[in-house]
Amino acid sequence: MGSLLPRLSQSRSAVWIATALIGIVLILLPFAFGMLGNAWVRALAFACLYVMLALGLNIVVGFAGLLDLGYIAFYAVGAYMYALLASPHLTSTFPWIAQMFPNGLHNSIWLVIPLGAGLAALFGIVLGAPVLKLRGDYLAIVTLGFGEIIRIFLNNLNAPVNITNGPQGITLIDPISFGNVSLAKTQHFLGITFPSVHLYYYLFLVLTLITIVICVRLQDSRLGRAWMAIREDEIAAKAMGINVRNVKLLAFSLGATFGGVSGAMFSAFQGFVSPESFTLNESIIVLAMVVLGGLGHIPGVVLGAVLLAIFPEVLRHTVTPVQTFLFGHVVIDAEVLRMMLYGLAMVLIMLYRPKGLWPAPEHGVNPSSRAAPRGA
Amino acid sequence: MADIVLRVSGVNKRFGGLQALSDVGIEITRGEIYGLIGPNGAGKTTFFNVITGLYSPDSGAFELDGKPYSPTEVHRVAQAGIARTFQNIRLFPDMTALENVMVGRHVRTHATALGAILRTRRTIEEERGIKARSLELLEYVGIRKYADFQARTLSYGDQRRLEIARALATEPKLLALDEPAAGMNATEKIALRGLLEAISRDRITILLIEHDVKLVMGLCDRVTVLDYGKMIAVGAPAEVQSNAAVIEAYLGGGHKAVATKAA
Repeated sequence: MGSLLPRLSQSRSAVWIATALIGIVLILLPFAFGMLGNAWVRALAFACLYVMLALGLNIVVGFAGLLDLGYIAFYAVGAYMYALLASPHLTSTFPWIAQMFPNGLHNSIWLVIPLGAGLAALFGIVLGAPVLKLRGDYLAIVTLGFGEIIRIFLNNLNAPVNITNGPQGITLIDPISFGNVSLAKTQHFLGITFPSVHLYYYLFLVLTLITIVICVRLQDSRLGRAWMAIREDEIAAKAMGINVRNVKLLAFSLGATFGGVSGAMFSAFQGFVSPESFTLNESIIVLAMVVLGGLGHIPGVVLGAVLLAIFPEVLRHTVTPVQTFLFGHVVIDAEVLRMMLYGLAMVLIMLYRPKGLWPAPEHGVNPSSRAAPRGA
Repeated sequence: MADIVLRVSGVNKRFGGLQALSDVGIEITRGEIYGLIGPNGAGKTTFFNVITGLYSPDSGAFELDGKPYSPTEVHRVAQAGIARTFQNIRLFPDMTALENVMVGRHVRTHATALGAILRTRRTIEEERGIKARSLELLEYVGIRKYADFQARTLSYGDQRRLEIARALATEPKLLALDEPAAGMNATEKIALRGLLEAISRDRITILLIEHDVKLVMGLCDRVTVLDYGKMIAVGAPAEVQSNAAVIEAYLGGGHKAVATKAA
């Protein structure tokens, strides 16, 4: 990162132009994709949620080097928190809650986002505290267990007291609205029509950009350096006076925060949550996004998340028509093909780009070229 | 009254059946270079790890700058003011040289996660200070030009320097070096000696564990000699050199039918 800064400041205006261009593209993107159908815009919105998840996981796995296989649990925590606070489920199950809220439970986004973040952070600490001394494989196993525990709880907490409604999940979740503007309805601004998915996409895009800014700032901070020091050599980090326990807990809780916010958004977007959305498979996909893109490198992680989030949509829309065109009937189902291609992609990445598609840049790798060091 | 930086006494440490340290103590005066020597397996590194909190002792009293400290948590020892390097260099290999030193500033700075996220003015200023000080330290140890190089790409000698710069970044009252000359060639040793003398001139107290007797004898103001976990001599290098017990420990006693032990 260090040597990137002087180059950036030399070409400040170029950076502003590039930023503006990217901004315009991101704003116009749903209209371009919308021409192919709203399913594509929906995929874009999901891509944003996945970028948030991947960046959150990147704090734990990429920055602090703590392998977490149960990250989706924080997504689940955020999703169920919003589902319970903004659906008729609680009021219809518990009369005393119905009495407290005669108009039903509805909560503003300004309450939900901080609450989702805070609750997930709390769960991050709950997970982090017992696993502080574990590393590598052992940590992975325990976090995997944590992820499953949360899912199984959600699946079974419909008896004796019905809190989560079990495998049926929670329905009729409120969409997000700003004052009178509901994101669930098509809105008109300045003579332009914005369908609901477009609005959600913009909301998620803003949250994603905030996430990116927070991640970049954390990375370049005292705390970010402490995380990386722990990743590189825990004993040396301790010897430098870093309180490894606190710094690790911060990594778990801050990473979880993004999962929680993303989960709350997911639940509002879908209007429905069930434990099925939070399986181990989801944890693995988010981890795959981080690793495929470039562990610890924010632009890489964003790229990995976008690719893996959009890819299934592309397959869904191409596999069937291409096969009917070629063979007259469908030979391989899109879902099967997706898993095959995932596997193939992973093997190829491990073989040819073990550090990911877009890894962090290397500095001064070639010691023989020391005569003209870049930093001088 | 002498100005004592580190006062340690009555340290015992047992590994199973092996008494690694028995009643070892040390007193280091401000500004001096203090050597800790002894043959292989004498307990030098064990003692060093006890002082810096990596091993917990079975007994012992510890005092830094007049204040007692308990070497139970490594990071607290660093906070108290003892910075150390490692026998087999332990840098943060994928971080740049500059970032390595900046990590050393961690313990003397305060920015929180929230401060970093909001980029408050205080955080920005602190960050600027961290960077400036770290560059100064790189300059000080003579590797300023490799600031943006990843630590693992530096040469062995430069990695040693970087480790020392990182330790200095914690503003230590005592700089503890575990065999800094290990694996160095003659030229690198001379350069290292120059660096240590410069650090000492800047009134930083140094505790040095070393195998290289020549380096220790030339550099240290006082030394303690350990053998089989016991202190067998304390004093100025010249005195210690002529001490019968030390000669026996290093060269083997006349009554022992042992061949010369390599020093």
